[in-house]
Amino acid sequence: MATGKGDIELAGLYKRFGDTAAVDGVNLKIPDGAYCCFLGPSGCGKTTILRMIAGHEEPTGGEILIGGDDVVGLPPVERRTAMMFQSYALFPHLNVRDNVAFPLRVRGLDKAQRYKTADAMLEKVRLTELADRLPGQLSGGQQQRVALARAAITEPRVLLLDEPLSALDEQLRIQMRTELRRMQRELGITFIHVTHTQLEAIALADLVVVMEKGKIKQAGAAREVYAEPKDRYVAEFLGGQNVLSGKVRRVNGTSLIISAPDANDITVPLDGDQRAISDGEQIDVAVRRDDIDLRRPGAASVGADWNTVNARIRAIEYQGSFVKVMLEPITGGEFVVYMSERQFFSDPFDTGDIVVATWPAERSRLLA
Amino acid sequence: MSAPSAALPRSVARARNRVAEGVSPKRPWTFWVLAALFTAYVLALYGPMLCIYVLSLQDVRGGLVFPMKGLSLHWFIDLFTQVRTGDVKGGFERSIALALMVTVLTVVGSFLAGLAFRQRFKGDGVVFYLMIGSLVAPGLVLGIGVGLLFQYFGLQAAWYTSALGAHLSWTLPFGVLVMFAVMSRFDRSWEEAARDVGATRWQTIWLVVVPILAPGLLAVALFGFTLSYDEFSRTLQTSGPLNTLPLEIWSMTLNVTSPSLYALGTVTTIASFVIIGACLGTIALIQKRRAQRVAAH
Repeated sequence: MATGKGDIELAGLYKRFGDTAAVDGVNLKIPDGAYCCFLGPSGCGKTTILRMIAGHEEPTGGEILIGGDDVVGLPPVERRTAMMFQSYALFPHLNVRDNVAFPLRVRGLDKAQRYKTADAMLEKVRLTELADRLPGQLSGGQQQRVALARAAITEPRVLLLDEPLSALDEQLRIQMRTELRRMQRELGITFIHVTHTQLEAIALADLVVVMEKGKIKQAGAAREVYAEPKDRYVAEFLGGQNVLSGKVRRVNGTSLIISAPDANDITVPLDGDQRAISDGEQIDVAVRRDDIDLRRPGAASVGADWNTVNARIRAIEYQGSFVKVMLEPITGGEFVVYMSERQFFSDPFDTGDIVVATWPAERSRLLA
Repeated sequence: MSAPSAALPRSVARARNRVAEGVSPKRPWTFWVLAALFTAYVLALYGPMLCIYVLSLQDVRGGLVFPMKGLSLHWFIDLFTQVRTGDVKGGFERSIALALMVTVLTVVGSFLAGLAFRQRFKGDGVVFYLMIGSLVAPGLVLGIGVGLLFQYFGLQAAWYTSALGAHLSWTLPFGVLVMFAVMSRFDRSWEEAARDVGATRWQTIWLVVVPILAPGLLAVALFGFTLSYDEFSRTLQTSGPLNTLPLEIWSMTLNVTSPSLYALGTVTTIASFVIIGACLGTIALIQKRRAQRVAAH
């Protein structure tokens, strides 16, 4: 235990509530000092994993190793984890200083000692001038900083955050996001953060873990998960991708061609390490929304190694730095194009226009 | 004190709105109907009691009915000096002692039941309905039952045994129901947070759960005390040879025919108000202390 290492390994982690498996065989390694985000819709098991690492829930099966030791069955204090609750769970009858000093109080430290440590911690989260307030007198962001200070005062090796930003309004959320990352760097410990907001996850995490129905769908660096989703679920959950599906018409060495009922043929490159694909198989293909160009029909023709799709514009949303153009659904899914503002307004389209969506064939990605 | 300071601007604004509304000359006719109804209600509620307080202030010529004859404290002195009026002092002491015992047991029992009923357990429905059952059972019948049971087992009924049990059958269900309402606002993550930072079960109870629930527990205590203090029907067959105050007053209504009966009513009312005032004062004091502690640092 004295190692203080905060690397975590989940091995065959399994949790059943009644007849349903909330966590269904999860294997994962989180390096020491990493910022890890569990991402998924509600009910996917991400909070259950967090609570099992924290020691507030016992796994039905599997192992949880922190710093190399199996911690299953140990109380939170012996795991040296600390949890920040979704509601923050600040004690309403204690002021900010007493809330932050509470972990030291239950350890039997005398008043002077624990106030000294608490005040130092309050300075770290910039709450010194609010030390005598009660939690009810604080804003959401301030409450969160108190919760963070109370969790960090015991010098845990892992900090667990359950939807820490969900109770805040949009602007504060972005501000606190930066604050969380700063605190994580400063404390130098492992943070595990549970969220259902993909923007939050990719903005913060070194390691993004995408979950569905108790299973890990993909785990990797933020950019990897966003730009190279493994399957349709990850692609759609993280957004930023269009997913097309169609039948394989021909496989030829380095690429394959699929045909969809209402689109031109689409060429998709093959990496080689892909699974064997046979003709006639139904497959999913992803294209980044910002890789797609829109042209007017009959305008200068595109190169042979470009894929094209004809469609009608269903709606246009101005987003500030870019313009979101939604096309009539093609081949089983939403088809959206993100155009840069400058490019869009150099020749603006209108709702109802027929356009040609085109992208370099090598930018298509085959999904599992 | 978070609420008052935060709510102040809003309440000021509301008061201003009210003033603005008051200026407007026209009130809907429903206002006057409802105002009349409310006045009648208040009169019906407090009028009879007021008659008793007023009539207890007559002088030596006083009788049991209006008109008032003189104005003095004669009957109050009579109440405490004349033996023939009954054992008021003893009854009062017994009632207070009994109510205090009931209060402590009710608070402890309701608190524990409140903690227990947060999750389902085997037979929780049965326990709950048994509890409600003792609440709706006619008090007199329940009292007779307790009395019979004591007799059957050859036990001497007394205000501190059989009556205590009969009172608890009344105050505990009430206390538990109040506790349910209080617990519904209790966030379990407070307990988890305490455990998370290393508090033992006892530390969690004493440093987190009890302080947070303190106002609710005081409310349960107030309920327990007042329900026991003026309990009559369940006590009638269970108090044994010595009377509690309500029984004493009842027996006096049968054989005392002077305004000292009214004086007794006035005194017991004052006692009740003092107790309730003390409880509310305690709550206010706790809040003030918290506010001072906030200000002192």
